[in-house]
Amino acid sequence: MNKFWIILGHTYTTRIKSKTFIITTLITLILIFALTNIKTIIDVFSDEEADQIAVIDETNELYKPLAENMKQTSEEIELTLYDGTEEEAKQAVEEEDYTALIVLTMTENKLPEATYYANRISQSSLQMALEQQLQQLKVMYATEQAGVDPAALAMINEPVTFDIVALDKSAKTEEELNQARGIVYIMLFLLYITVIMYGNMIATDVATEKSSRVMEILISSAPPVTHMFAKIFGVALVGLTQIALFLGAGYALISAKDAATRELFAQFGIGSASMSIYMYAIVFFILGYLLYATLAAMLGSLVSRIEDAQQLTMPIIFLIMIAFIIAMSGLATPEAGFIKITSFIPFFTPMIMFLRVGMLDVPIWEVALSIGLLMGTIIILALLGAKVYRGGVLMYGRSSSLKDFKKALALSKKKK
Amino acid sequence: MLQLTDVTKQFGAHTAVNQLSLEIPEREMFGFLGGNGAGKTTTFRMILGLLDKTSGDISWHGEPVDYGKSHLIGYLPEERGLYPKLTVKDQLTYLARLRGMAKSEAVKELQAWLDRFQVPEYLNKKVEELSKGNQQKIQFISAVIHKPKLLILDEPFSGLDPVNVEMLKEAVVNLKESGTSIVFSSHRMEHVEELCEHLCILHKGKAVVQGSLREIKRSFGKKNLSVYADFPVDFLRDFPGVTKYKAVMEGCQLQIENELVSQEIFTVLQGKGFVRKFDLEEPSLNDIFIAKVGASYE
Repeated sequence: MNKFWIILGHTYTTRIKSKTFIITTLITLILIFALTNIKTIIDVFSDEEADQIAVIDETNELYKPLAENMKQTSEEIELTLYDGTEEEAKQAVEEEDYTALIVLTMTENKLPEATYYANRISQSSLQMALEQQLQQLKVMYATEQAGVDPAALAMINEPVTFDIVALDKSAKTEEELNQARGIVYIMLFLLYITVIMYGNMIATDVATEKSSRVMEILISSAPPVTHMFAKIFGVALVGLTQIALFLGAGYALISAKDAATRELFAQFGIGSASMSIYMYAIVFFILGYLLYATLAAMLGSLVSRIEDAQQLTMPIIFLIMIAFIIAMSGLATPEAGFIKITSFIPFFTPMIMFLRVGMLDVPIWEVALSIGLLMGTIIILALLGAKVYRGGVLMYGRSSSLKDFKKALALSKKKK
Repeated sequence: MLQLTDVTKQFGAHTAVNQLSLEIPEREMFGFLGGNGAGKTTTFRMILGLLDKTSGDISWHGEPVDYGKSHLIGYLPEERGLYPKLTVKDQLTYLARLRGMAKSEAVKELQAWLDRFQVPEYLNKKVEELSKGNQQKIQFISAVIHKPKLLILDEPFSGLDPVNVEMLKEAVVNLKESGTSIVFSSHRMEHVEELCEHLCILHKGKAVVQGSLREIKRSFGKKNLSVYADFPVDFLRDFPGVTKYKAVMEGCQLQIENELVSQEIFTVLQGKGFVRKFDLEEPSLNDIFIAKVGASYE
């Protein structure tokens, strides 16, 4: 056990002190900082310059209401009444004094009509905003002409009341479901990235020790199985340190922000979801990590060059990608039978069972069964991995295939 | 006493080590000779428990070698390997701690060794910055830093310049004198001849020769004889009992079947003229190796 801690400590400290770790952590912290300050950043970039629109109002009545409505809805579009002929105005647009020109006219039925001129018509959001405002004006004119009472009009425009009530008392409310979706989404993403990143880290770590041939000394001092698990847990600690740093920084930054930002994050369910979801998140996260990390260590022990490690970890990445894609589709339809079935497949359980637990009311036995299956798989993989590891670390060669897998098992076989 | 009894290792259909029985005495240096693929490394790995033997028994002081004894065992693998990105200090304290040393003690020991090898400035250098020969010194330190009782050195001197070979040899001899049993393998006959009391020559997984150096040489029978004379000596080529004849500038070098032949030659030479040198020598290990393993091995 003592050696376990020495290896674990060594794995942890060398990783933490490594340049790659420091750089990726710093970059991510900067990204987190940017994300939490996203409002400020958007503001800095957007209020630089409002789009200047020249308006030629041939009706002499549409400009005023249009400009007023525009002012209320968007700060990025500024309307100016153009004092001159249409040709001069077009000229001004071409010279880029204005972003666009809009000519307002009335139809025979006394309804507003407009023509939009711009150098490029790729800025569709601008066109749409103008069109929308004009459409409202047109509705106003049309209803007025039809003699509709403004009060009646207000009633027509009022959104319908549509309450959603779940009859099953334990079912999650709409609000809860939205929050759950947010937290599930974040957890899925975190698991996805973590497994790929740290799984790879373990595989390359093992491959590095093999390729530098330091492995033979290591396993003559400590049993390969101890070595493998110390490595897995050492890297897990590195991961936890990193995630704790990110979450801590994120939380501190969000807390320091104004209420608006906090609200934005609350929409994702952060800080408001129920305790049990967090508990499940931690359980599935740890089990998911262990499953894939064991697999990665086993595969890493089979290769003798670091380059080959990347190749051999591909199946892991595929597995986790498939799980991720299924989970993403499950976010919209968590009750699908397909989701239910896949949630019991150990390689998918950490993501998909968590999704179900987060979004639905899953009977406790189903959760227990899936966790049991998952743990069983981890134990089997660990035992198999330990065997492969024992033989694999002594094996050197160019190829990296399933044949090696068998060879490694044969090498570690005990015959007494 | 390290004892191997009928140890066999099979990799599939291939037998790497075949019915090997050895006794490696305490406080001695035991030489393992053999060509490439003779089974030296496989034997070492079985002694260390890295590989399981197919059959047979290995014991040290009557007990099997396992991880509980790893602090008593030092191992220098044939394929040298250290973490390239770690400093010498980090690296060796880690490996020493795995062998049961306390960190402070390991650092002290390491400094002493670096001083001894006249490279104290390497303490905080990364291994990849060192030359290959110096990496090998570091590797050697990693095998002996914890003062093992049993030290296994797989080709310890390969790839070193003569100065470093001497330095390492001296260190190995000192360790032996301080009570460590040392097993080492080598292609280089002269190293084994110089250092070992007991040895074993492996060929295709079998021990073709084993025992004490003196014993082996004596029982080999054949001797080397140098005859330098002022008259032609080529008639000795066909002399009964001469197995090999090699002409040199001043005379010839012979391999003879036994000591008695030398006396017969001595008699024949009488009265023929001036004999400058008549020298009866023990056979070299090289001669024995070639005779036993075959001239195919260079």
